[in-house]
Amino acid sequence: MSIRERLSGNEAVAIAMRQINPDVMPAFPITPSTEIPQYFSSFVANGLVDTEFVTVESEHSAMSAAIGAEAAGARTLTATSSCGLALMWEELYVAASNRLPIALALVNRALSGPININADHSDSMGARDSGWIQIYSENNQEAYDNFVQAYRIAEHADVRLPIMICQDGFITSHAVENINLLEDDIVKNFVGEYEPENYLLNNKTSMAVGPYATPAFYMEAKRAQSQGMNNAKQVILDVAKEFKTISGREYGLFEEYKLDDAETAIVILSSAAGTAKDAIDKLRSEGKKVGLLKIRVFRPFPAEEIAQALKNCKAIAVMDRSEGFNSQGGPVCAEVKSGLYNIDEKPLVVNYVYGLGGRDVKVESIEEVYAALDKIVADKTVGEGYRYLSIRE
Amino acid sequence: MSKKVSEMYTETSKWKELTPGCDIYVAGTSKEFRTGDWRTDMPIFIVEKCKQCLLCVPACPDSSIPVKDGKRGEFDLDHCKGCGICVKACPFDAIKMIKEEK
Repeated sequence: MSIRERLSGNEAVAIAMRQINPDVMPAFPITPSTEIPQYFSSFVANGLVDTEFVTVESEHSAMSAAIGAEAAGARTLTATSSCGLALMWEELYVAASNRLPIALALVNRALSGPININADHSDSMGARDSGWIQIYSENNQEAYDNFVQAYRIAEHADVRLPIMICQDGFITSHAVENINLLEDDIVKNFVGEYEPENYLLNNKTSMAVGPYATPAFYMEAKRAQSQGMNNAKQVILDVAKEFKTISGREYGLFEEYKLDDAETAIVILSSAAGTAKDAIDKLRSEGKKVGLLKIRVFRPFPAEEIAQALKNCKAIAVMDRSEGFNSQGGPVCAEVKSGLYNIDEKPLVVNYVYGLGGRDVKVESIEEVYAALDKIVADKTVGEGYRYLSIRE
Repeated sequence: MSKKVSEMYTETSKWKELTPGCDIYVAGTSKEFRTGDWRTDMPIFIVEKCKQCLLCVPACPDSSIPVKDGKRGEFDLDHCKGCGICVKACPFDAIKMIKEEK
């Protein structure tokens, strides 16, 4: 029986962590993710978990400790946001290339500057090429469900890569909403025990982790690493299928909302998808054929599947909650466009940068995007393809 | 599994043959390689000045001063990187550094 609760996104993820009962959690507090290690440390103090909680002096140390613990054979997780993730940057690459399935609860927050503590995706988008699997959550329920699925994906023998489960700072992490939790033993059975084939604390074999690779080996090492990411797509789908049997909730690489017959559509990640669904309901009641594609899995990027789902639209708007500073648009749009390039029928594409530094995204803001798409369809041309949503001109 | 890393991997190994993260599952692999070949300075052991106090032995970061029957022998120049710490450790001027001609 599922447990009906009302929780913030941070609480929901902390509960998932308690149910997983990991071996080690090194963590350093940073807004808005601070509550995750805070709740978790109370679980440790109250004896609800067997976890070694390490109070490190920085996020650089948090990820370094996580790498050491995971290589030793311990199931390890941590949480961070914004500049905390930026300070982990060097170690993110080490964790991925050493093929260590660490789980990270990322509460998305803008990077400085100007200094700002609110939601946008500049932190995780900056780490998009670090070799971590990235899954984005629309609300507290998805943040919880995605975290429960995280280790089954990351630790899979065909994958062996670290994973970050992202949710929007404050909007999801601090807002309290209804949620259905799974019972402790159901999560425990689903996640299972971590049994790595090789680990440093195994006294039966010698092992060296993270050796130097000369030019004769480095490229082959990277090719092998990329295969783990390629394989992750199918594993994510398989784990989601199994998760449905214990939760009744369905997950894929992305979610389509009224996309089947849509003439115009928005592509978006995380919490603003909920707002967009409201806008779609309103516009549909007025007879407009509008839809949504909400990306759940950004790494690996399901380019072919997304292109197939969008090919019948006349025009789409790809929404980026971070800047790319390439003067062409944001990272989500770059990926979606490259996915569409090799199919014959494709929609016109406009890119919107929106919601930076916690800027509110309202139903009216999304309606504005659909109105702009109508104009693009009527004009048969995109015009300015790189726009800022609701910017004061 | 091979006891030598140089047999586990060669420069013709295909990417599918690499271990995850290039993990190495054997110990003491430096014995298979000349890790001191980028040395510029080289230590010279002056045996007649040596009192066999062995203070140099634990000071060496590369375990390149072999000890047999309680006495040190010639440097292991396959692994010595020429750092010169042994010169500082020796109270009897029994070690000196020279530029290595290659």
